[in-house]
Amino acid sequence: MGKTRLSPPDFKERTRALPIKAMGAVPEVVLPLLQHTGAPCGPEVAAGDNVKAGTLIARSKEYVSAPIHSSVSGSVKAIEEKPHPILGRYKAIVIASDGRDEQDSSIQDRKDTASLSADEIRKIIRDCGIVGLGGAAFPTHIKLKPPKEKPIDTFILNAAECEPFLTADHRLMLEKPERIIEGMLIAMKVLGVKRAIIAIEENKPDAIEVMKKIVDNDSIKVVSLKSFYPQGAEKQLIKTILRREVPPGGLPFDVGCVVNNVATCFAIYEAVYKNKPLYERVITVSGKIVKNPGNILVRVGTKVGDIIEFCGGLSEEAAKVIVGGPMMGIAQYTLEVPVIKGTSGIIVFGKSQVKAPLSQACIRCGRCIEVCPMGLNPSAIAQAIEKGRFDLAEEYNVLDCVECGICSYVCPGNRDIVGLVKLAKQKLKNKERK
Amino acid sequence: MNNKLIVSTSPHIYTRESSAKIMWMVTLSLVPAGIAGVYIFGLSSLWVILTGIISAVLTEAAIQKLRGAAVTLYDGSALLTGLLLAYCLPPAVPLWVVACGSVFAIAIGKQAFGGLGQNIFNPALAGRAFLLAAWPTYMTTWTNPRGALDAITSATPLDNAFVGVTYWDLFIGRRSGCIGEVCIIALLAGALFLLMSGYISWHIPFSFIATAGIFTWAFGADTLFSGQWLFHILSGGLILGAFFMATDYVTSPLTNKGKLIFGFGCGLFTGIIRLWGGYPEGVCYAILLMNAACPLIDRYTRPRRFGTK
Repeated sequence: MGKTRLSPPDFKERTRALPIKAMGAVPEVVLPLLQHTGAPCGPEVAAGDNVKAGTLIARSKEYVSAPIHSSVSGSVKAIEEKPHPILGRYKAIVIASDGRDEQDSSIQDRKDTASLSADEIRKIIRDCGIVGLGGAAFPTHIKLKPPKEKPIDTFILNAAECEPFLTADHRLMLEKPERIIEGMLIAMKVLGVKRAIIAIEENKPDAIEVMKKIVDNDSIKVVSLKSFYPQGAEKQLIKTILRREVPPGGLPFDVGCVVNNVATCFAIYEAVYKNKPLYERVITVSGKIVKNPGNILVRVGTKVGDIIEFCGGLSEEAAKVIVGGPMMGIAQYTLEVPVIKGTSGIIVFGKSQVKAPLSQACIRCGRCIEVCPMGLNPSAIAQAIEKGRFDLAEEYNVLDCVECGICSYVCPGNRDIVGLVKLAKQKLKNKERK
Repeated sequence: MNNKLIVSTSPHIYTRESSAKIMWMVTLSLVPAGIAGVYIFGLSSLWVILTGIISAVLTEAAIQKLRGAAVTLYDGSALLTGLLLAYCLPPAVPLWVVACGSVFAIAIGKQAFGGLGQNIFNPALAGRAFLLAAWPTYMTTWTNPRGALDAITSATPLDNAFVGVTYWDLFIGRRSGCIGEVCIIALLAGALFLLMSGYISWHIPFSFIATAGIFTWAFGADTLFSGQWLFHILSGGLILGAFFMATDYVTSPLTNKGKLIFGFGCGLFTGIIRLWGGYPEGVCYAILLMNAACPLIDRYTRPRRFGTK
């Protein structure tokens, strides 16, 4: 039986027509030692050291990790615990800018890109600290190295941007389409893949047109997707485009494809053609009370409070500050928290826009089941967790949940289903460790 | 200002839908049938309806207080239970009987199981079943509709089929029966509203009515396939039950496949009880029986897990 497709109001009209504005260097950046999925980095600098924008400051020997670079020129002020947008608090390198904003000398145009081998390109991507910029921040060099026994036939460029409010990828496509395509071609070369699909939601017709003008042939196709949430979730996207379902616990590799986000491909371009590490990215700053919302090119490590100020401040007191989009983003407890590599937006709500989950009784209406992209029964899972029955939640496949939040969104009881799922996943993970 | 930021898990936006709104919308959709009932049977029906509602609401508040739980009358669920119970009672039933039914529906049918969302049986139907067992005479004393010659008692069409009742009479409610079940056209108007606005899906009413229709057509007469199926659909509480009782979220299956099975069972039991059972009407017991089967149906109609066959 067909799934119900739901699109929450997208709230993108405030920023979709606004060109990307560069914020530039700020007086102080906070660079957490863990900004990606994988092993945390160890600092390579000490307090007092001088760095430039693009200087390597932290790395790990582990394979699943990504090095971190300074995003301003200046000196290392401290290495200490600081607010972190996902982890609450985490060890970070604090760098005070010297105001000169000089780039590291390693950032230079690379001319012989065509002769680079796949392994050389992967090394450049790794050394530049590129991670998936759609949100999960998985190190890109790993995504580009599928296991040998899993042949890849399709590359998918994820340009769905289905989270409400966010328009950063949309703007990037309008303003830097050639570079995104170049980055994508590099990724395809590394993977040895001939076929690519550029997947854009139909609510961005101008981006579809722009991309089509550059490439649209038999091997690289631009497809317009129905707008619904969560169309851009990796597994959902693969299903929509290729009619293939990634098995539970599996990866896109398992069904012969690799998915990368628009901003990630842009970062790959910058890494390979300019040897530029990932130290800045485009984010959307929006919400009714932000005076001058926009799509801003910010340095990684810039504090949320500074960015809000750059956007003209707020017209009323903030009640909720979300890093990411409103469906999957994380509410922050302080404006001192920095933007990290995976941050796609900052959404600020005033008091009238905040509706806290009331978590009333489940009336078994079944709406959550109809919309769940993973074929789960969120109602039963949440009730099992409320009773402390984590074993039952596991039996109901709680670990398949991608935490897209559409179940809580539709719930007439405003039940905090995602919060319960996160709790259960943590409990089950801890149990496994023991 | 940093101290005052609200922190909660995602998502941070929600639909405007709420459980309370759903309950009030269902209540609204039942208003035409209630007005029709009062018009057809006279003011006594209004007192039955009001008694049903008030005693249900008071019982809910009292028990929530006793349990030390938050009093949630605003969610409209107790009011709806009282209303639905009144709708499946005869117009001349003594008001104290109505009150007993409401108290049973809320106290035993709903709160004893843990309140909203936790009950196994439809509370209104549990109340009705209790009254039918406790005071069968009151529960089967019928009032003639407006315009009929004999205004005291008569059988419902189901007791004594076709005593000068036409299909049109059934359709507009010119027959004796329970307050809220007789005026089919008013019920259908409310049902259409619920279907169009998405508060109920077609699955349960469709499979319920279709099954009951086919069953009574097949076995409703001395020879096979010659039963008066349309008469069976339009009479008794079938329409009220199929659209407004069997579709109760709490006591019906979660998935569409499950809902089709549930409706099929309701239709089947209704037919069996009506044709071969001891009671003239089977809708109430059919739904209650299927309520009990609901967890089992849910277990075997789980949605397909993404990435598996």
